[in-house]
Amino acid sequence: MSLISQLPVLPIIVPIIAAPITLLLPKGRAPHLWATLFSWITFATCVWLFSEVSANGTISYFLGDWAPPIGIEYRIDLANALVLLLVSGIAALTFPFAYRSVQLEVDERQTPAFYGALLICMTGLLGVTITGDAFNVFVFLEISSLSAYALIAMGARRDRRALTAAFNYLVMGTIGATFFVIGIGLLYQATGTLNMADLADRLIGQNNRMVQAGFAFILVGMGLKLAMFPMHLWLPNAYTYAPSAVTAFMAATATKVAVYVLIRFFFSVFNFDFAFIGASFTYVLLPLGLVGMFAASLVAVFQEDVKRMLAYSSVAQIGYMLLGLSFATVEGLTATLVHMFNHALMKGALFMAVACVVLRAGSSSINAFAGLSKRMPVTTWAFILSGLSLIGVPLTVGFVSKWYLLDAAFSAGHWYAGFLIVASSLIALLYIGRVAEQMLLKEPAEDGKYALPKEEAPMSMLIPMWLLIAANIYFGLRTELTGDIATRAAEALMLSAGGAP
Amino acid sequence: MDDWFSFILARYNYWIVIVLMMTGLYIVFARGNLVKKIVGLNIFQTSVFIYYITIGKIAGGTAPIYMGGELDAAAHHEPEGEHGGDAAGHDAEAAAHGAEAAAHDAGEASEALHAKIDNSALDAGNNLKDALKKAPPQSGEAAGSLHAAPDVSSDVAEKISNNTLSHLDKTPPNPGIGPGLDLAPDGLHDAAANAGHGAADAAHAAVEAIVYSNPLPHVLILTAIVVGVATTAVGLALAVRIREAYGTIEEDELEAADDIAEFGRQASAERAPA
Repeated sequence: MSLISQLPVLPIIVPIIAAPITLLLPKGRAPHLWATLFSWITFATCVWLFSEVSANGTISYFLGDWAPPIGIEYRIDLANALVLLLVSGIAALTFPFAYRSVQLEVDERQTPAFYGALLICMTGLLGVTITGDAFNVFVFLEISSLSAYALIAMGARRDRRALTAAFNYLVMGTIGATFFVIGIGLLYQATGTLNMADLADRLIGQNNRMVQAGFAFILVGMGLKLAMFPMHLWLPNAYTYAPSAVTAFMAATATKVAVYVLIRFFFSVFNFDFAFIGASFTYVLLPLGLVGMFAASLVAVFQEDVKRMLAYSSVAQIGYMLLGLSFATVEGLTATLVHMFNHALMKGALFMAVACVVLRAGSSSINAFAGLSKRMPVTTWAFILSGLSLIGVPLTVGFVSKWYLLDAAFSAGHWYAGFLIVASSLIALLYIGRVAEQMLLKEPAEDGKYALPKEEAPMSMLIPMWLLIAANIYFGLRTELTGDIATRAAEALMLSAGGAP
Repeated sequence: MDDWFSFILARYNYWIVIVLMMTGLYIVFARGNLVKKIVGLNIFQTSVFIYYITIGKIAGGTAPIYMGGELDAAAHHEPEGEHGGDAAGHDAEAAAHGAEAAAHDAGEASEALHAKIDNSALDAGNNLKDALKKAPPQSGEAAGSLHAAPDVSSDVAEKISNNTLSHLDKTPPNPGIGPGLDLAPDGLHDAAANAGHGAADAAHAAVEAIVYSNPLPHVLILTAIVVGVATTAVGLALAVRIREAYGTIEEDELEAADDIAEFGRQASAERAPA
């Protein structure tokens, strides 16, 4: 009964107990400090867990000491240890960052509810990642989604459209989750088990229509949650009108976790013996990934609101991840995992920079960015550096992602995909460049709606933001850190799927 | 034509699920009123609940409530029942093995008690209960009457294990034929496991091997219902807030209000025909 043997459950149990207590605290500073403390504790346990997994291999934890397949199993291998580290790390930076931003954008009476919901959202995402039980994925997914709906709606103080955005997200998200449950139900009917490892065993040789239908439901359900290209319509509004700190957190984590679930089901539950896996890679993920990369990037170029622009850019970046996945090779999977991690770093930093501008200028419209370099140089350079990372300039993580993706595309024989990756990166240059031009070359408005104050953003926001940017550059230089972990994780996943390593 | 009709009729529960699912989704997409959308979402989710309950149901199975307290007490006095103890396995084979062992060890069949056994495995358990109640007064010595118990139940256990084996042969179910109501693999596993355990105590087995519906989908759906209620609550709360902010919960009016706020009344009117 030592603490170490209970370690895998701590990232879930600690914040989920802390979250309701947040609600009881008086409004103001207390809920923020409390939630920040617990996000750091969670991060520490995730770092510990990650080092355990990378040193000793897969950890399996039986919840309530009920052995699987009867009980719920938490199963942590390298792939989800990486995602756990990512989610808790972004949370640990977002919580201290959020305070000033939330002070402006969220009603003060709602602060205990806000931090409580953000903690629950984080817990849900961690739970989705850590669990080895298919139904448990659904439960945690809905825990995180329900709190996300509430968090997005709290942006209503700044813009009432946050309410309709949250409502649409709720409808789409619930349909997605219900599709996912139908898929799980079909698999359960075919196998009589919910444990993922057990599912994989019992699915062997069951290439029948029920399993195919289950797979299709899971793919569509998760596609809705991760904003796969034609199912992304909820995302831009939700990200635009949510409180800026929430956008920074969700953009960096929520869709990544959904991509992870897709990977988990593709490789650890189903395997390459199923012809439909290959078909869905070739005829669904590959074309949708490519179209998403271009369509969403092009739409992003014409946005007047920087938050909305970055939201469309997120949809395009998800296209890269699906593309890497669709190659069904170790290189492709490595590229997807690396890009998941890296995109969280750059998008987190970009949305944090926008949050700083919203705090000082009161708007995320592109006009509010005019002449920003003269008023808020630190924020400006944060935006530009993370923007360069998004485009994929060398020495940043974006370059590492693109490198792995190109490598995967060429080695998988999809050379045209390689060119398309480069071409769509150039579109990213267009929309980031547009904002950079406003910030660097335009004169700041002296009066009127977008007149900027002469203040820089507060340190509580600058420090987390620059930590993320430091990570952008550090992991851009030390590529072997993420690359090695992702390669090892990808090899293990491919092995479990029965593909050629 | 007749085959086709009976094909549909035999799977009426699945058709209910599909009809409800499509109704719900249609309402979500076709209705502009936010509350109606939530109602549609609820109908959609309800169809999934029914689907899960359907796959948990076993034809002839009872509610998954443990029955057999008094019979247990009677059976525990029986020394002969220990024979199959080592056969307590978790699969149907163990169950069959246990049943064989019990059948082998048990003495001659008591004809009177035998006659009471119905062919159906379910009724067998209940009959056995009656038989055990009646047994002591019928025979002079207590040992004899108790001796009859494992004998009878071994018969039952055999039937059940045969039954179970034939079911397990069907798992994995072939959806081409169409998964019947009785194909809930876990339920069968449970029944098999129960039968296996019961071999240790043959009378016990008859009680345990009463066919229960699979309780797991019920538990899953209880969880999903909680999630559904929470979603409905959040959705309706959002609808209330939308009404406070906009004064309407009709989707087209909301869009018009946003257009007016963004482009002004004039521009909005120009955009309207397009």
